Amino acid sequence: MTLLGQTIAMIIFVWFCMKFIWPPIMVAIEERQKEIADGLAAAERGQQSLDKAQAEASDLVGDARKQATSILDQAQARANEIIADGKAEGVKERERQLAAATAEVEQETNRAREELRGQVSAIAVASAEKILEREIDAKAHDDILSKLAAEL
Amino acid sequence: MAGESGHGPQTSGEYIAHHLQNLQVCNVDGQWVWNQCAGNPMALNVDSMFFSVVLGLIFAWVFGRAAKKASKGKPGKMQAFVEIVVDFIDSSVKDTFHGKSDLIAPLALTIFVWVFFMNLMDLIPVDWLPEAGLLLGIPYLKVVPTTDVNITFGMSIAVFFLIIFYTVKNKGIGGFIAELTLHPIAPPLRGPGIAAAPFIIAFNFILESVALLAKPLSLSLRLFGNMFAGELIFILIALLGLWQLPLHFAWAVFHILIVTLQAFIFMMLTVVYLSLASEKH
Repeated sequence: MTLLGQTIAMIIFVWFCMKFIWPPIMVAIEERQKEIADGLAAAERGQQSLDKAQAEASDLVGDARKQATSILDQAQARANEIIADGKAEGVKERERQLAAATAEVEQETNRAREELRGQVSAIAVASAEKILEREIDAKAHDDILSKLAAEL
Repeated sequence: MAGESGHGPQTSGEYIAHHLQNLQVCNVDGQWVWNQCAGNPMALNVDSMFFSVVLGLIFAWVFGRAAKKASKGKPGKMQAFVEIVVDFIDSSVKDTFHGKSDLIAPLALTIFVWVFFMNLMDLIPVDWLPEAGLLLGIPYLKVVPTTDVNITFGMSIAVFFLIIFYTVKNKGIGGFIAELTLHPIAPPLRGPGIAAAPFIIAFNFILESVALLAKPLSLSLRLFGNMFAGELIFILIALLGLWQLPLHFAWAVFHILIVTLQAFIFMMLTVVYLSLASEKH
């Protein structure tokens, strides 16, 4: 009796399990497995596109950096050029100024020399006059004096 | 423990015998009598039946509730637990049984969890439920259903019929008979040796019948033997007085392994037998 009862009980429980326990749980597990698999695949795809975007971005950054470097180089070169130009111009200007100044100084010097020469001769004449006034008769030596004055 | 049962002094032998006695009911001459059924094949072991059915209902309730609420979203803890068990059974079955069957996996799950629950009753201290039963006026109470050979044999008989059913279903009645008679020695079907064929067939039949019948027998006796021995050791430990505490603990820890292992073996062998039955040669 116990044996039979246990067999019957077992059949009932197995039937119950087969009907009401196993299928819903398996369905839930399989659906979740599918969902997880999908999620993982999506994550994989996301990772791939992220990698791609990162590669693209680093390419872009590299290009930009290269461009910036070349621009910088150009600017540097241009600046150097400008400086060199400026320097050359400055030198030229200085020389020009220097030449002008030198010429002016020379001119001034000549002029001063002329003036000085006139003054010296005047002083010489004046001092000679004073000397002659005392010692020489102006009338007697007038011809010499006038000759001297003419020579001066 | 001994002597505390309220029935006067009790020897160890009486104590053990009391613990191993089922609560039986049987019909003698049109009268339902309790506990006078020794040798009566129609006796019903009420305690074993009761506990096994209750544990089966617990299984059905717990797993049924989880199944009802099962959703593909984030699982609750109960659902996660149930799914772990289900997945474990599912992978074990898939490893062994290669055919397609809607029955095998739920069968394996039921067997595993149910037998596990029944074995687990072994871990309840041996006196608790029988003493409580005595207070309620129940003279005998054997708590662990799997220590009752009727219970294990009842389950293995169901498996036995399933083996036959699957053999017939997958190989036909002819295939079933052929399997019983034409192995392991193939009888000569023509030539001078044909006279020996009936003897060989008879020999094969005896051999294969024994092999077939040994399957449910070994299945049930293995579980019964293990659990009975374990229970008996628990009872013996309970006789030791104060020393039973550490020993009981140690044996209980070890027994957790046996409980699980035996449930698993019962399930696994069932699946193996059924997969053999449905395999084509």
